[in-house]
Amino acid sequence: MRIINRKPSRVTALALGLLPFLATVVTYAIASHYRRLENPADKLLPSLESMGAAFWRMAAVPDRRSGDLLLWIDTFDSLWRLGSGMAVSTLLALTIGIAIGFIPHIRSTLAPYLATFSLIPPITILPILFITFGLGEVSKIALIVIGTAPIMIRSTAQAVLDIPREMIIKAETLGASVWQMITRLVIPQVLPKLITALRLGLVPAWIFLISAEAIASTTGLGYRIFLVRRYLAMDVILPYVVWITLLAFLLDRLLLLISRRAFRWHHLGGDAL
Amino acid sequence: MNEAAKKLSVKAVSKYYDGTPVLERVDLDVETGSFCTIVGASGCGKSTFLRMLLSQEHPTRGEILLDGNALPEEPTPDRGIVFQKYSVFSHLTVAENLILAGEFEKSPFTGKLFGASKRAAIAEIEELLERIGLSAAANKYPVQLSGGMQQRLAIAQALVKKPSILLLDEPFGALDPGIRVDMHALLLSLWQDLNMTVFMVTHDIHEAFKLGTRLLVFDKIRHDPQAPEAFGATITYDLPLAAPVTGPETIDPETIAGSIASKPAANTSNPSNSKQT
Repeated sequence: MRIINRKPSRVTALALGLLPFLATVVTYAIASHYRRLENPADKLLPSLESMGAAFWRMAAVPDRRSGDLLLWIDTFDSLWRLGSGMAVSTLLALTIGIAIGFIPHIRSTLAPYLATFSLIPPITILPILFITFGLGEVSKIALIVIGTAPIMIRSTAQAVLDIPREMIIKAETLGASVWQMITRLVIPQVLPKLITALRLGLVPAWIFLISAEAIASTTGLGYRIFLVRRYLAMDVILPYVVWITLLAFLLDRLLLLISRRAFRWHHLGGDAL
Repeated sequence: MNEAAKKLSVKAVSKYYDGTPVLERVDLDVETGSFCTIVGASGCGKSTFLRMLLSQEHPTRGEILLDGNALPEEPTPDRGIVFQKYSVFSHLTVAENLILAGEFEKSPFTGKLFGASKRAAIAEIEELLERIGLSAAANKYPVQLSGGMQQRLAIAQALVKKPSILLLDEPFGALDPGIRVDMHALLLSLWQDLNMTVFMVTHDIHEAFKLGTRLLVFDKIRHDPQAPEAFGATITYDLPLAAPVTGPETIDPETIAGSIASKPAANTSNPSNSKQT
């Protein structure tokens, strides 16, 4: 049988999916082993055990200076910043995006401005934010919003424009006001696509979060890895990177699950990823 | 036809897109309760004509009168519409699609009914669901329905507001021939019960003859071989038909269609312009 027609079973698919992960771990373990044979004090590729120990120390042993469990403090603070920023962006996307997509006069007013604004590299705004809002939480959250809201607004507006004209006309012939069309047609049609926009927006959001924390912060996952960089503490940095990736992955899956549960009609046609 | 019986009057209507004529000098008077079927070659402006009757588009010149008054500038509930696709709301179940118009009316702010009032609204549409044969599918989403079921739902939804005019834009174009016959029966019985005026664009000349009380053929009268876009189409034939019968067909539509197709050669400059349909 041709290879394009051969489909893996569920178990095979799972095993195949795990394979690249396993290969990465094994390759790392081998490389680390040989490096440490030459120099037992090597810091570049620490052993899996020492990374496990470092991760355990961060997660379960109170910090000697502050008495905090650093991993959980960092995780909580970072997720709080990320969550606040994305909540604001989502709200902006929903309100401004629908207004731009649905009402031609607002579209003419805001679309060119938004297109221009979204081209500003958000990280160049960061010094302005630090000067304006200080080094506290506001400037970090503002960076996430500035970095994600414009693209999320644009994709929401596009989702509104993609609603088949037939449906809007039909709603008019059923006697709907503009507000009723927004509540019963536009929002329900757009929400699943807004979740997709949110999932895509989380990718740059993490970048801006880590950058802002690296530059000016006293807690957070980004702060921690840039702090321990000074001591070449790869045994902390690598588990933190894996941990951040895991958090990002879980957030993404959670949003997909919410979308599948809440908007069953949208996923019935069969979509992937 | 006396003035009072006129449901809809189209007076010297032309429609241009970016200076290119699509329709030119269309005149038409339709009385209440007519079932007008509209046929014509692709791109001859049938759907444009229908969209103008819906106020989705507006005539470049001329005017359209509804009950003697100018047609409203935007779609209104007195004119129902069924499109070939996307006619129903994909995010609502069958029952929710049917109660939506009632929800718009009763709940101005949210446009949504909850609890007891929602159950009451659903009870009201049970008979309608029964009639279109979708009782068992009341809680399914449109994407889970067959094409025929979706169009039955679309027709029922368009009729909830009891429009005096029903516009159909190739509603059965994507359906199997067997399903179409059932749809014809449903449509004719609803038309007879509700005393509506119906305009239906179709590509199927059999369907046009079977359903209509009046057949309108859209075509170009003038034709310039060097500039095919130079002239727009208009109504070239306006044939009264016998009231539709739901039983076996008595006249063979091909004979009538054949006799039309041979005629246009006489009054056009170019024989290649004769109808293809």
